[in-house]
Amino acid sequence: MAFRMGNSSTKCSGSSKNCLATGNKFSVLVVDDDPVVQRIHRVFLNRFGFETQVVGNGKEAVDLYCSGASFHLVLMDMEMPVMDGPEATRELRGMEVSSMIVGMTSRDRDSEKQAFMAAGLDDCRVKPLTADIITSLLHQLNIKYQY
Amino acid sequence: MEVGQLQRQFVEHTASMFHEGFLDGQFSQLQQLQDESNPDFVVEVVSLFFQDSERLLNELTRALDQKCVDFKKVDAHVHQLKGSSSSIGAQRVKNSCFNFRNFCEEQNTEACFRCLQLVKQEYLLVKNKLETLFRLEQQILAAGGSIPMME
Repeated sequence: MAFRMGNSSTKCSGSSKNCLATGNKFSVLVVDDDPVVQRIHRVFLNRFGFETQVVGNGKEAVDLYCSGASFHLVLMDMEMPVMDGPEATRELRGMEVSSMIVGMTSRDRDSEKQAFMAAGLDDCRVKPLTADIITSLLHQLNIKYQY
Repeated sequence: MEVGQLQRQFVEHTASMFHEGFLDGQFSQLQQLQDESNPDFVVEVVSLFFQDSERLLNELTRALDQKCVDFKKVDAHVHQLKGSSSSIGAQRVKNSCFNFRNFCEEQNTEACFRCLQLVKQEYLLVKNKLETLFRLEQQILAAGGSIPMME
């Protein structure tokens, strides 16, 4: 299965020499409007050997996929301007995107979390992103892509 | 001041920030991400947090000052502040946002205003303490010492 990075003005980083990955190269699209979260997620995921791209809202994520890009994993924030996480997830699934899409939410409002899952997520995790969450996602990715 | 004294101050200051709940485990995770390929990572991220928070606090002040308050807008700003403070481990700022969101839902302007004052207070406290921490780091490095690793 071929995976390509999309055309975007967002810089796509390579992995850090201290990567803790299993050795398999996974690509991840971080979808979040918060510049603090974007910065942290990029460095965190690069440390685990991901090739990371970052966009600021759901519409940018959908546009990337429309341009021909694809990623092993999409980390989708729930609340974003222009297009939120649930709507972007529905759009991507409507386009038959089979990437692993994991929602990142705050702890409150379980009903919103359930609605997010119903939009087509593979999983939903509580913010903030931690080493344990990334390790668990890597495990799921290894199974999904049968490395 | 000699290096040993500075290092002791650094350790005590860091420990107290965790002990008093200003910082939580997420901050430690950020410190662990700092290495030779990202040597100023913690300062960079915290600076981003300061800029972002000040913007959001100004927006919140403006939004709550309106004759007809847009609670959806207020809630969105508080949500973002909660998210970024949680991602850097600024625990007390994050916690001060919880009730704020509930009062937005109730459309209670006065309670929202009180929450905003509390959030501002917590933000200024953690900002002050983090700036002290970074200043101690700079002083240790300038004196030829190394930054103590925290357990």
